[in-house]
Amino acid sequence: MQDRPDAPALIAAVARFLREQVLPATEGALAFQVRVAANALDIARRESLLAPAAAQQEAQGLRELLGDATPTDLEAANRQLCERIAADAMDLSTPGLLAHLRRTTADKIAVDQPGYDRE
Amino acid sequence: MPDEAIAVRHGLQPLAGRLTPGGGAVTGVRRLSGGASQQTWSFEVNGTPLVLRRAPTSHGRRDHGTAGLRAEAALIAAARAAGVPAPAVRHVLQPEEGLGEGFVMVRVEGETLGRRIVRDPALAAARNVLARQCGAAMARIHRLPTRGLPPLRSACARAELDFQAGLHRAHGTARPVFQIALQWLRRHAPADVATPVLVHGDFRNGNLMVGAEGLRAVLDWELAHLGDPMEDLGWICVRSWRFGGGAARPVGGFGTREDLCAGYAEAGGQVDATRLHWWEVLGTLKWGIVCETMLQAWIDGSEPDLEKAAIGRRASEVESDLLALLTEGEG
Repeated sequence: MQDRPDAPALIAAVARFLREQVLPATEGALAFQVRVAANALDIARRESLLAPAAAQQEAQGLRELLGDATPTDLEAANRQLCERIAADAMDLSTPGLLAHLRRTTADKIAVDQPGYDRE
Repeated sequence: MPDEAIAVRHGLQPLAGRLTPGGGAVTGVRRLSGGASQQTWSFEVNGTPLVLRRAPTSHGRRDHGTAGLRAEAALIAAARAAGVPAPAVRHVLQPEEGLGEGFVMVRVEGETLGRRIVRDPALAAARNVLARQCGAAMARIHRLPTRGLPPLRSACARAELDFQAGLHRAHGTARPVFQIALQWLRRHAPADVATPVLVHGDFRNGNLMVGAEGLRAVLDWELAHLGDPMEDLGWICVRSWRFGGGAARPVGGFGTREDLCAGYAEAGGQVDATRLHWWEVLGTLKWGIVCETMLQAWIDGSEPDLEKAAIGRRASEVESDLLALLTEGEG
């Protein structure tokens, strides 16, 4: 077990440092880059907190759609889902598919851009 | 002054007499934007504000859809003559002038930043008329006689869809939502229009010059081609160009679909709502694939800027938009 601060706390501290100390001392293109960097750290922090549970849910949803032979690797399972759609074996009328896509997309947005769906 | 700016000034000076009556000293040369392949420079001749758009070295193979700067100059001039707000082209560069391929146009003053166009209180009156003006400008572009235009690629719905599908396949990313969108687009692709028209190809908030009274110029014609007129109407509605303007103002974050379509019809265009929706879905997916392309460039090291990595994480917004678009009216 690592000592405190844990990874999300460290990432938050660096993001705060960038916004509060570095940003006021920069301007123009560099200031823009600092904002991008701080936002990227926010994404990394949210991912470290939220992604494990989201990945479990996604894997469960993929198993329900693809059956027992679903690859345990998430990317491989998603690839299989893509292949079924591309082959027209599945579409938005497939029971459970739309709900699965909505759930996984909402989980990704919660990490990448929380609040986006309320804009 | 950086060496390149000095070289540009030296290249422009002999042209001064052609850029503004009586000529004069070329002053205030500064780089506005652009990468290595295409640049925009701002300068003045005897008080006249001008812009140089150029590619320092002309490259043989063109990216998908790029008409080339010489063609761009001809299109801007033709559109302007037909009443489309566009900058006046003053000179098309010749090889012997040593500045590369490109052209010089009058610099139109105004706002181009999407976020400011959506939010700046000084542009409130402009926002009330902008969607209608954009619709009218599109109709005038689409009604331009294509005979006499420079050679352009021609692509309607299916060709554009195939191209985007190929790009996505090449990225190799497993994205079920993109796959569902590609499936829907394939199943609903409209037939090619009988007579492809001139399409701007990148008509959106971010490529518009706006003043207090509204639209001053339509910029960035490099993706112009012949195709389905509804492509332009769909593209300006894509959520990525709303800059937080919200669902109530789907057109560039500043206006309504009704105003866009009314302006289009008033200037002689004919709206096809089903096609328009198809192109909005395709446009949304296209932006998502652009996000993938930028990320790919970061992964392979050709674009090391952090910004390109961050854009990779915006593809999920597109997935959210696509699901919303494909299930509209289903609750």
